[in-house]
Amino acid sequence: MDSTTGSKATRLMGIFVLLGTALALPMALAWTGRDVTQGDAVRFIYLHVPAAWTMYLSVFAVFIGSVMWLRRRSVFWDMVAEAASEIGVVFALLVLVTGALWGNLTWGTYWEWDARMTSTAVLTILLAGHVALRQATPDVDGRATRSAWLGLALLPNAIIVHYAVDWWRGLHQEATIGPTGAEIQDLQLFTWMFSAVIMTTAWAWLMTHRFRVGFLARQLDVGGVSTALAERRAEADRTWVDQVDRADDLDAATPVQATPVHRSAPEGGA
Amino acid sequence: MEAPVVELEQAVVLAGRFPALAGLDLEVGQGEVVLVRGPNGAGKSTLLRLCAGLTPLKSGKARVLGHDLAADTAAVRPLVGLLGHASALYEDLTVEDNLTFWSRSAGPGALSPAEALELMQVEPRLATVEVRRLSAGQRRRVSISVVALRRPRLWLLDEPHAGLDAQARDLLDGVVRSAVDAGATAMVVSHELDRAHALADRSVAIVGGMAR
Amino acid sequence: MISVLRSASLVLRKDLLAEWRSRVVVGQILPFSIVLLLVFGFALDPDRQVLEAATPGLFWITVLLVSMIAAQRSAAIEAGDGATDGLRLSGLDPAGIFIGKTLAVVVQLVLLEVVLALGVTVLFGRELGGWLLLVTATGLATIAIAAAGTLGGTLTQGLAAGQTLLPVLVLPALVPVLLGATQAWEAALSGQDGGWGWAGMCGVVAVLALLLGAASYGSLLDEG
Repeated sequence: MDSTTGSKATRLMGIFVLLGTALALPMALAWTGRDVTQGDAVRFIYLHVPAAWTMYLSVFAVFIGSVMWLRRRSVFWDMVAEAASEIGVVFALLVLVTGALWGNLTWGTYWEWDARMTSTAVLTILLAGHVALRQATPDVDGRATRSAWLGLALLPNAIIVHYAVDWWRGLHQEATIGPTGAEIQDLQLFTWMFSAVIMTTAWAWLMTHRFRVGFLARQLDVGGVSTALAERRAEADRTWVDQVDRADDLDAATPVQATPVHRSAPEGGA
Repeated sequence: MEAPVVELEQAVVLAGRFPALAGLDLEVGQGEVVLVRGPNGAGKSTLLRLCAGLTPLKSGKARVLGHDLAADTAAVRPLVGLLGHASALYEDLTVEDNLTFWSRSAGPGALSPAEALELMQVEPRLATVEVRRLSAGQRRRVSISVVALRRPRLWLLDEPHAGLDAQARDLLDGVVRSAVDAGATAMVVSHELDRAHALADRSVAIVGGMAR
Repeated sequence: MISVLRSASLVLRKDLLAEWRSRVVVGQILPFSIVLLLVFGFALDPDRQVLEAATPGLFWITVLLVSMIAAQRSAAIEAGDGATDGLRLSGLDPAGIFIGKTLAVVVQLVLLEVVLALGVTVLFGRELGGWLLLVTATGLATIAIAAAGTLGGTLTQGLAAGQTLLPVLVLPALVPVLLGATQAWEAALSGQDGGWGWAGMCGVVAVLALLLGAASYGSLLDEG
């Protein structure tokens, strides 16, 4: 069994992310124009919004993984959910940090208690709680089941996050790309889309590596169980060879003295 | 010939990563009382919990009372009665509260609390005492009453005589025998082989998670 | 299997009896909630205006914090000495067990809320009014909190870190309820519009929490 999680696919993804970032940086920082009202602060949009998109992608992956574990006990999908929640925390924190920096530049405050920011913070904590719950559950199947039910609760929360800007008035921007068409144009739009593609590829790269780590851990688990099973059976054989295997004939009313294998435990009731 | 009440074929049960049962084969026929004996850590308690549908099967086959344990655990559980190491009683409730709850939970056909207490001759004055204030032996009698009131078709008794005085042990043996005479089946884990042999029809030895 | 309704009523009765016999809510949680109100008063500088204005928020923060204790207590009832095995073997419907336990927590929280409402009137000087909206919002929010707390208790039962993990998982999920209940109370107490929408949001969370809890209880009981 390989001890590396790298492959041709991950190397290709990694190269694309590196090259894409090298191209996206000048586009985002220099080649695209400033905003009329926000000035250079608008450039956060190329990081913040793709991060939010990948955060939603993670939540969706956790949700699907949770459903598939609960319906089909799919180990594959449980591992997807496990990877997605950890990576989701990373991107959620990126959303909050970039949002805070952007907010300070545009609104003069790092934090405002409007619906979108509050619900994003809540989603971040729930994702972290999902990770914590998995880490706190020693039993493998129990871990999957408990976190799956919690994973189902993440999706309604994510929906609240996404639509909060429509349901409640707040400082946050209206959705920039919506059903009526894009508000930003040309190179800015292209840069934004390009950033989203790079961020998504980075997400996929992280997911692949994390999934494979989980897979290797499971292999160790399964292998450990097989070894333990063989040892247990060997122990049973040794015990019966060591003892005198007396026929226990109840009809003959011969009292059998069960010889303890481990002599420390006394006979008798609890 | 009647189908066996318990049929296990190469049953593997895990406790974490540890194979508590490592490929166990066992058959228990209708109306039998089977003594399950073996050293500590052999998997005897796990065997009973498997038959009760409380512990999942990792691999192998298991049928209890005609139901596949892997596919239909919910159907098995109400039909069995398990007396484990724990009392399965609510400590904050009185004896009567506990028996009323468990009797109503067992559905129609269950014994009444009074009938169940009478079986194990639990002192009437204890009915209004909270379980946390009972002695270990008194709790054991009440736990046995709870199992008995369910009128299970399969009795799973894990060291049932532990903590009981001589009178209670005789009462327990009588309760089990009556149930078996009325059509039930029983599996008894015990280290007290003399007493258990008197109750049982045959014995099975469990060592290292396997039956011999 | 016993019906959902019958299962719920049996478990409700059992949990309320357990509380009656042990007096944990009345003897421990209730005094703690009064202490919280006093602590808020001291921390916010006994300035009537500030306390009056913050009454809805302080009330619901207190309810949320004590509900975590009530939820842990509800889960602890089943954790003792093999009672979970008994529940699993019984013919009780798992969804019914969840609903019964949730209702028991609702009853206990309502009792606490009545006392807390008196407390905020006396200690913070805020007069209560808009009773229909107030009671409806409180009822819906309490059901949401009880259902989420009971579900959280089941999610974390049997874990070594369960007691600390429960509030981390449940409190963030109840933020919409805190928001909705506080806004509904503010609308009720000050006669403003919009309170019913906020009460409705609490109702939505209550329904979602009840559905998720009822669906999950059986499989979570098996993991515990």
